[in-house]
Formats: sequence, C-alpha cells, structure tokens
Amino acid sequence: MPTIIVDNQDVVVKDGDNLLQALLSHGYDLPYFCWHPAMGSVGACRQCAVVQYANEDDTRGRIVMSCMTSVVDNARFSLKTENATQFRKSVVENLMLNHPHDCPVCEEGGECHLQDMTIMTGHRDRSYEGQKTTYRNQYLGPFIGHEMNRCITCYRCVRYYQDYAGGHDLNAFGSRDRVFFGRAEPGVLENEFAGNLVEVCPTGVFTDKTFSKHYTRKWDLQSSPTVCQSCSLGCSTYTSERYGELRRVHNRYHHAVNGYFLCDRGRFGAQFVNSDKRLHQAGVRNNHGLYDAKQLNTAIDIARSMISNSASIKGIGSPRASLEANQALRDLVGAGNYANGMSATDQVLHNLLLDVLNSKVPTPSMIATEGFDAVIVLGEDVTNFAPRLALSLRQSTRNRAKELAADAQIPLWHDAAVRGIGQAERSPLMIVTPTEDRLDEVASHRIRLSPDEIARFGEDVSRAIAGAADVSELATEIAGLLKHANRPLVVAGTSLQHSGILQAAVNLASTLFDHNPAAGFFGCAAESNSIGVTLLDNALGMEDILDSKPDTLVVMENDLAPRLGHEFSSRLEGIKNLIVLDHLDNATISVSNLLLPAATFAEAEGTYVNNEGRAQRNFATFKPADTIRPSFELLDALRGATRHAGEIQQAISEQVPALAGILGAAPSEKFRIEGARVARMTHRASGRTAIHANISVHEPRVPVDEDGPMVYSMEGNHADAPSAVRAYSWAPGWNSNQSNHKFQQEVGGADRSGDSGVLLLTGTETLSPGEVNLSNKRLVAEAHIYGTDELSNSAGEISQRVTTPYIRMHTSTAKSLGVETGDGVACEINGAPLEFAVLVDSNYSSTSLGYPLIPATALLRQLDDIELSRLENWTAPKAPGASVITTDRSQ
Amino acid sequence: MTQTPLTKNITGKGIIDGESPTNLAGFEATGGYQAVRDLVGKMDPADLLQLIKDSNLRGRGGAGFPTGMKWSFVPAPDGRGHRYLIANADEMEPGTFKDRLIMENDPHQLVEGMVLSAYTISADIGYIFIRAEYHRAIAELRAAIEDAEQRGYLGDRIQGSDFSFHLHVHVSAGRYICGEETALLNSLEGKRATPRAKPPFPQVSGLWGRPTIVNNVETLCNISHIAREGADWFQDLGKGSDAGTKLFGASGRVKNPGCWELPMGTSIREILMDHAGGMQDGYQLKGFLPGGASTDFLTPDHLDLPMEYEAIQKAGSRMGTGTMIILDDRACPVGMIANLEKFFARESCGFCTPCREGLPWVRDLLDTIEAGGGKPEDLEILERQATFIGAMGNTHCAHAPGAIEPLSSGLKYFREDFEQHIHDGCCPYASKN
Repeated sequence: MPTIIVDNQDVVVKDGDNLLQALLSHGYDLPYFCWHPAMGSVGACRQCAVVQYANEDDTRGRIVMSCMTSVVDNARFSLKTENATQFRKSVVENLMLNHPHDCPVCEEGGECHLQDMTIMTGHRDRSYEGQKTTYRNQYLGPFIGHEMNRCITCYRCVRYYQDYAGGHDLNAFGSRDRVFFGRAEPGVLENEFAGNLVEVCPTGVFTDKTFSKHYTRKWDLQSSPTVCQSCSLGCSTYTSERYGELRRVHNRYHHAVNGYFLCDRGRFGAQFVNSDKRLHQAGVRNNHGLYDAKQLNTAIDIARSMISNSASIKGIGSPRASLEANQALRDLVGAGNYANGMSATDQVLHNLLLDVLNSKVPTPSMIATEGFDAVIVLGEDVTNFAPRLALSLRQSTRNRAKELAADAQIPLWHDAAVRGIGQAERSPLMIVTPTEDRLDEVASHRIRLSPDEIARFGEDVSRAIAGAADVSELATEIAGLLKHANRPLVVAGTSLQHSGILQAAVNLASTLFDHNPAAGFFGCAAESNSIGVTLLDNALGMEDILDSKPDTLVVMENDLAPRLGHEFSSRLEGIKNLIVLDHLDNATISVSNLLLPAATFAEAEGTYVNNEGRAQRNFATFKPADTIRPSFELLDALRGATRHAGEIQQAISEQVPALAGILGAAPSEKFRIEGARVARMTHRASGRTAIHANISVHEPRVPVDEDGPMVYSMEGNHADAPSAVRAYSWAPGWNSNQSNHKFQQEVGGADRSGDSGVLLLTGTETLSPGEVNLSNKRLVAEAHIYGTDELSNSAGEISQRVTTPYIRMHTSTAKSLGVETGDGVACEINGAPLEFAVLVDSNYSSTSLGYPLIPATALLRQLDDIELSRLENWTAPKAPGASVITTDRSQ
Repeated sequence: MTQTPLTKNITGKGIIDGESPTNLAGFEATGGYQAVRDLVGKMDPADLLQLIKDSNLRGRGGAGFPTGMKWSFVPAPDGRGHRYLIANADEMEPGTFKDRLIMENDPHQLVEGMVLSAYTISADIGYIFIRAEYHRAIAELRAAIEDAEQRGYLGDRIQGSDFSFHLHVHVSAGRYICGEETALLNSLEGKRATPRAKPPFPQVSGLWGRPTIVNNVETLCNISHIAREGADWFQDLGKGSDAGTKLFGASGRVKNPGCWELPMGTSIREILMDHAGGMQDGYQLKGFLPGGASTDFLTPDHLDLPMEYEAIQKAGSRMGTGTMIILDDRACPVGMIANLEKFFARESCGFCTPCREGLPWVRDLLDTIEAGGGKPEDLEILERQATFIGAMGNTHCAHAPGAIEPLSSGLKYFREDFEQHIHDGCCPYASKN
C-alpha cells in the first residue's frame, strides 16, 4: 500500500490504482468525464488534472492527469494549487464552448455530471462569443433518444458501446471539433446493452425515451431500491415514480451482481407497469362471459364464499412472484395443495440447479464471472436468456489481454493500452449452442449442435478431463483449455428445457472442481424467483394440482398458457372456480371466474432469490392505485388475515430452514435512522404536499408503509441509508449516478454498508455426477431478450422489438419442405393453423426445428415435434417495430 | 568520404557514369547496399546497435531523440509474433519538404537504411507510412522495393542470412496527426488516427501490440552511412555538439528557397544568407520559425545561433525538422499565425479537450483580430489558451503544444502588431503588399 502526499497530507492508497481512483476512494472531489470505474482511463477529457511535484523541493510541479497517473510511494500531488484549479476550470470552459445553454429543457438537468463538474471547477463566466457547433440527431430506436448538440466529446459512449459491450453500430465519426457520435445512418441501436449509454453519457446526449414520454426531474421522482424482474440474475435497480406512474428504471450499483450496468430488457421492460393491459379493478365473470367490475371488498367476499363452498381449494403460485406472495398462497391453500407454478421440466431443472448451489462447487456472482479465464457455455444463449451475464462473460475474455498487459508492466486501468497490447488475444470462451450467439465474436470456439448433441458433448469433455481417449479431438482440446485454466467456469441453464444438458454441465463442473477448487459453475435459472420458489416448496407440480381438478383453484401472478402450451384449455377444464391474481390481462385471466388486480414489483415489497441463491428485497416504489393490492395482502384477505410483508418473511424463515436467511436481506420494517424512516423522495421533492391540489387544497396524508422501513415522502433520512433501502444515488455535489463512489468502500468496491441481499446457500455437499438423459425432441425453443420474458413483453417499447414467429431449420429440412428463408410454413395445433416465417440456417442441426420463445408461439411449448407444410403466396407479417421506425425517421 | 552522405546521389556528387540513383544498378554503383551485403547475417545486431549509439545520431523528425537509445528499449525477441519497423514518411508539417527530396530522388537509400535498422532491432516487417500527396515518392519507393526484393536485399533470408524483412508502402489517408508516431500506428491498424497515451511506448506495445520502432525517413537514411563509415566519421560531420549532417530548408521571401544538406551546427545566418540567398529585395527579415510550423518564432537577434538541438532550445524554440519558414516585414504576423492555427485546428484529432476546443477558439480569435474586430480582452484569452494548451502533458499528445508555439512566441515578439490590429480595427499590413 503506497503512501502518497496530497496537498501535504499523507494518503495511503491501493497499489495498482490510478490517482483519480485513489482520490475518489478517499472522498476527494475531483472532476472527471472520460474515466469510468468499469472502463478505466484514456486521458481524453483532461478534466482530472492535478499538479505533481518531483520532490519536496519542487515548488512548481507539472500538470498531470490523475486518471493516467499511477500511485507510487511518496509521490507528491496538489489538487488545490492555483495552476491545477485554473487548468481544470479552463477545461470546462473549453467544453462549454459548444455545449448549448439548454439545461432547463434538457432531461439530464438536475442529475447531469457536466453540471456537477462545471460547478465543481468553479467555471462561471463565459468569454466565448462565437457560434456553437450543431449536429443532426438520429433516430436510434425505441429506447434511446439522441441530442448530439450537447456532446462534450468525452468518448465514453463509444468506449462503452464498442469496447465494453461489443456493439458495432455506434461510432465516432469525423475529427477535430466536429466529432459525431452516432450510427452510420439512423436506425435501432442493436446492442442489447445500449440503454446503459443513458447513464454512461455524462450529459444529455443519450436519453431514455421511455422516460422522456413522461419525464420528471430526478428530484421530483419517488424511488425505491428494487430487484429486476426480467430474468433470474436479480440485478439491482432503482425504480422511480411520479403521479402513480412508473417513470424509469436506473442501474443500482451492486458490487457482486450487476456492477454499473443493466441489460435493455431490465431497464426498459419495467414499463409494463404502465401498460394498457394493466388490471385496475377486481372483477367477477358474469353469465355472458364478461367481467363485472367489483369493489375490492365485494370481490373478496365473493371469492371467500367460492372458497367456503368448495370441497377442495388448491393454489398455483409463481416463479415470477415474491416469496411473500407465494407463501401467502401456500398459507391460504395449505402446503399439500400448493404448487410453485413451474412446469414439471422446470421443477427438475431447478432442483438440479439447487443441488449445485448446495454443493461445494462454487457459484460465482455475476461480476465474479469476469475473473474466470476459461469459460464454457453449454446450451445457453446467454444474451437472450440471462442477458446481463453476457456482458460479464464478454469481460472474462479480456483476462488474456490483462495478463499480457501485466507482463509488459502496463497498469490495468490504462484501458487503451491494455486493449492495444491484447489486440485479438482472448481468454478461451467456448460456446456450445444450437444457434449463433452474440458472444460468438469473442468466443474461441463456436460449436453448433442439437440439444442432445450438446449434452453428449458436455459428457465427452468431462470424460476427456478424466483422461478418456475415445473422445473427439475438439472435446479433448476444450478439456485441455479448461483443465489448464487458472479458473475455469461452466455456464448452463434452463432455457432449452433439457435436463441432460444441465446434468452434463453439472457433471463437467464437478469434474473440473475435483481437479481445481477454483473452478465454478454458473447456472441461469428461469425467472426472477425460480430459485426462491424451488426452495420454498417444490413438492407438487402444477400438473398434479390441475389433474386433481379442485373446485377452486387460485392462480397467482402466473399465466399458465405459455407453460401448458397446447394443453392449456384441456388442463383447466372442469375447474369450477378459477380465481386469478395478476398484473396484466392474459390468457389465464380470460378463462377466470374472478380476478383480483395484483400489485407489481413497483408497488409491493417482496423477496426474490436469484440464480446464485442471493435473497434480495424489493421495496415498493409507490402505493398502487385503485383496487390494486399486493398479492400477499389479497391472498391473506381471502382467509380473513392481515399480515404485513415482514410478518410473512418471519413465517417463511421459521417454516423453511433454507430460507431462514431472508430476514437478513434487508432491514426490517422497524428499522429507523435516528428515529426516522428512509425517504423515497428526494430532499428537494417539490409538490408532495400539493400534488392533489386540483382535487383538494388540503395536504394529502403521507401513505403509510407497513411493510418496510421506507416512507412515501421526502421527510425521512436520505443520506445514511444502508444499500438495501437506499432510494437513489445522490451525494452533495454529485447529483448524477456518478455519485456511486460516495457510497462505496473504494471505487468499484462493495457498498460501505455492505452489499444488499444475502447469500442463502453455502454449499457443503459433495456433488456426485448424475445420468445424462437425452430428450429426442425435434422442437427447440430459442430465448429472445425481447419476447421471452412474460411481463416485459407488455412494455410498449419492448414489444416493438419482439421478433415475428419463425421456424429455424437446416438447409436439408428446408429443401425437403421446398422452402427458403422468408417463405411461410404452417402447422396445425388444436385444430387451428399456426403460421411462421422460415429461417434457413446452414449451421443448424438437421434434426431440430427452432422456434422463438415469444407469446405467439405459446402453443408449441409442450410439443416435441410438429408437422410443417409450405404456405403458398405467403407474405411475412411486418415486424411490429418497422412502421414506427419509418415514421420516426422522418422527424 | 563525402561530407553530404544523404544527398550525394541527388546532387550528383556520388553518381558514377551518369546512372540514376533511383535505378538499383546506379545506386549499387555508388556503394549502395554494400552495408547490407557486408553486415546482414555477419555483424552482431548488438554491435550495430552500439555503433548507432556511439554515432550520437538523433531523430530527424523533430524531437531529436537519440536513435540508438530509442532502439535499445526494444525488448529481446520473444518468438511470439512479428516485430515492426516503420518509416514515418507522413511529411505534413507546413514548410517541411526534406524527406520528399530523398524519397523521390534516392529511394533505395531509405530501403537500405530500413533493412539495416530492421536487422539491428530484429524486425521482420516494415512499413513506409507515406503521405498520399507524395505520388512520385510512392511510385519510386514501390519500384525500389520490388528491385531490392529481386536482388535479395529484402524479403526472406536476405543475402542468404537467417534474417528476413518484408517492406510495404502504406499510403496514408491523409491527416497531419498521422505523423504522430502512435496515431500513425492506430491508423495503420485501421483505427481512428488518435495518438496513444505513452507509456507503453511503441518499443513495448506498438503496431498490433507488438514491439515497434517508428523513425523519420531522414533518420533511417543515415543508418547505412554510419554502418559503412563508422561512428567517428559521423560524429565528425557535425560542426558542434550534434553529429552528422542535416537537411535544412528555407521557405518564404528569400531569394533562393530550397533544401540543403549541411553539417549539424551550421549557423542560421549561413543557411539564410549563403544558401537561401538572403531576403528578396525590398523585404526585411522580421522573424522565422526555425523548424517547421510547430516551432516558436525566432528573430534576427538569433541569426548567429548554430542549428543544433540544444542551442535552439535554449533560445526558446526547437530545431524541429530544420526547415525554416521566414516572416518578412511586409507580411502580417497575425495573419501568418492565424493561417497556421487554422491548419492546426483543422488537423486536431478531436480526442482531448484543450486541443479540440481550444485551437478552434484561438483560430477564431486570430481571424477576428486580423479582420479588425478584435478586442483587448481577446489577447488575454489567447494568452490563457496558450498557457494551458502549451505545456506538454496538459494535452494528450504533442500536437497542441506544438501548434501553440507560433502563437505564444508571436505574442511575445510581435505583441505590438496584435495591439495595433485591435487599436486600428484593421490589419496594418493590408496596405504594404
């Protein structure tokens, strides 16, 4: 640990840090633009200048960029000396020459890093009298707005988009004072992590369009710490609201899980909360098959009488609902009458995932996967199924470049130099999947196999590691790479619904672990709480519940149609009373007898367990409108009980030993800081007391939050909240999310209050290899980042990017059907025709047919095979996004 | 032994029987490739490196870094991949036209120098990164490379040795910043021509992340002569503290603008009066940029300085490329500086703030002053920008500090001219031409 001298003060810093990082870690305020904690330094903006002195006698020193300066013992610096402060001021002055004075109408205003840094440097008076440079903005798709005139040319966007996220369609064009950051021509930014540009850009060039349409200043947003609902990884988010509408989702820094970045499904998909399909009123189906809206109490009374008149009541919970909601259902129907809502296949798969979590084979956190130097992905199209993980696996391939850099004594924060010496050299990433994959371009091996072949290949690699000679050259080569890596990682998951692949992956991880205790396994579970409900109660299958034909069936936050596929109608037949609780209109609701509108994650507290067994608490952002209530509240009401979330958490922890730890996921509802609750609104939230002034001049009462320690008001504690209940990232002088470092133990490190959430499973079991079963299925589902997740599909912007239904087939299959890409094929299911576009893929297995996991293909989910016929004179339906793109472009 | 090794073939002093040096046989007849035949595969590269070090050869591209020392930072071969030698022939410095002279008229001299240099640093691939406008030089170099390959001076197993070296001409897409060695490397890699932050230096992580040496054309041309004639001979060529000869030039209103090979340490007065023929009739010397557009002005008071790295530096400027731009008493210094800053602002790569934003502001202010619309405060802004842009380390590379040298020295030496523009509301020189 070197000691440096900063303005005559000794500061002990971390070896290998650059000076800027070191100073920020120690709480210094030093302005910067181009440096980013996850992306390192390039020295472009020259904003973080300080003066460095050669020795004690040197009184003049010279200006250095702190982000490009290594910390070495006894190095002397000054931040305060006139030369340094004047230079920093002049940099902002120069940046401001072309920056428009449009803060009042700019969406970044109030959380703008450029505003913050301008204030910090003290620049105020402008001497420039010339014209400002202007640019034409581009249409960049439904997610991201573009306002190039605001650009200060820090190059963060392209460094993030190209270098970090692997995007190709955002570039720096031109040179000198005319550098343009955008696409070669207007169009949708194709990278799945483009949304992070909104937070990476230090000013208002890239903005969140889903936020723009109902924009609110940061200080007027009511926010809470939430857990992303769109896959099993459980990224930390801040969800924000005003006037009863979810406004936006921002990244919530989590040292272990998502770091600084989210995927676009997570960021933009939460807009489903505002969807037109949202259910606001309880309803009872009348004799005409329509729903009569009911007062909540009336609906509950009707439901209670249905239940009391039933000989049997059973419940189907949901892997996308909180533990509290599932527990409330289980308490309503009784443990032997509850299923967690996963399909039988998913139950098997998740039990297997749980076996690994309970074993000695380590499951790294998502950010920790970036440190593994050889990764094999078996079966999973990570980018489309557990998207955020793809960003981390992409970073894992950089370990080779980091090694080369270290050998050449290049500090790892020196981003351009590390990339320069690394060039195309990457750590091995072996992608074994049925179809092409976004990670292919950074992969050492791109292996296209059918699901059964993937399972067998995984077994071959295990056997090759164990020394078998009768395996293919390829399997032997991969075995060698994994065996000789310092930290090999196996990634697999549930999207192919193939227990053989998952078992083969588990076997491989276990074999590797026997050789090298640093080996790991990263399993992608299906939904936001799949692991949680597996731990809660995985005894019965929903098929068991349905087959027993109960008089009353309560289905909670679960559309059974995609899970049951073509059997949906037949399985639900004969059930007298179907009571459904959910957020959005769906197929299950359309056959229900009584519906109760359930609060979403944005309106209800809940605990979710992510793929690595990390229990994380999601806090409600706002009180739900109308008769919408949290599911647990509605379900308790059905049995005449009232419990707040904390009481249910208590009950779970007492009843389910594996979930005992969930109480530690976040402070309880009794938590107070100096007697105060934690405020969801900011210090300067305006209008809380007058927000309903058009209705009543009296100050509205602050809604009471019985479930958690936060308050729906600006009156409460703001600054000292531990990470699990912190509502936003904001520090004095740091109004944007760049304030993250004010809450970290060190830049890029853990939160000062500890990371939110708690790891439930500390594996001690020995994992014994299991038998690998093959499926012989011809139909293979393909996950899609936009389309596969049930809820985010109803976010308008996401739905614009969902693919049209297609069938992927090998050239030989297409030949035998007499079709080419773009032709139409059809099959008949339940007597009705289903049409698809043909996608011919010469790398695809000739024994498989691929189809997208999107709502339009729900009927295929449980089928092993379909018979296809060519459609004559078929024209492909226009992709839903296409028309929007053309109109917007003309703007 | 000639006193003008670099230009002996061009000026005809070394030519035998009227052969053209651009022709391989003619070049060989003057002793060309003798060093390749004698040394490659026979002399220990380490000894050759020591010879270059001993010769005290310094880079002729402008910075004057000792060549032998630069080469000594190349790590020993690791067998992991290629090692590169690059001739920086992207001669775009305004007022500089020295490398062109050699490449157009004696291309084999560069090729031979590169073969020997590559042998010294164990490089196996070479590039001549050349300015696109140099059509004739490009054609001559390509022909020379082809001829040299056929005679076994280039390519695999040169002259039967274990040493292989392949040389390519890469024509630049045309940006001044590509002359900055690391921007040149990025450009060669197909990336934006943005300079790299050093360290790491190209010797450690250069082209494609591999050990690389980038040298100026004139520097590389010296190598074969040093290899053949020795370090002492080379040292003795210089008049003062610097070794060897140098191509000096002069442009502006002198009687005989041109480029001449003269000993290092030749006085400015001698170059200007004897070789450039003095000022044209009716014009007085007001000042001059000693080494190209990105060096500080010097004045008639400095005429007796020797053209040597240290001496010129002590006077507050840089010897740069050694090609002087002359400012006469009837040309407006403000207009001249405005013109230069226009060039430098246009050629900024746009990476770092002070250069990208500061130079256009400086340009606009100078244009305004020249047009008569300047205000006294404008000079303060110019001073401030010059201070912050001017110091090395304040910007990402040396482009902006170099660009600002004519301005900061102009403000020092010609301040009354600036003030008069502002006071009169017009350019006082407008009537003088």
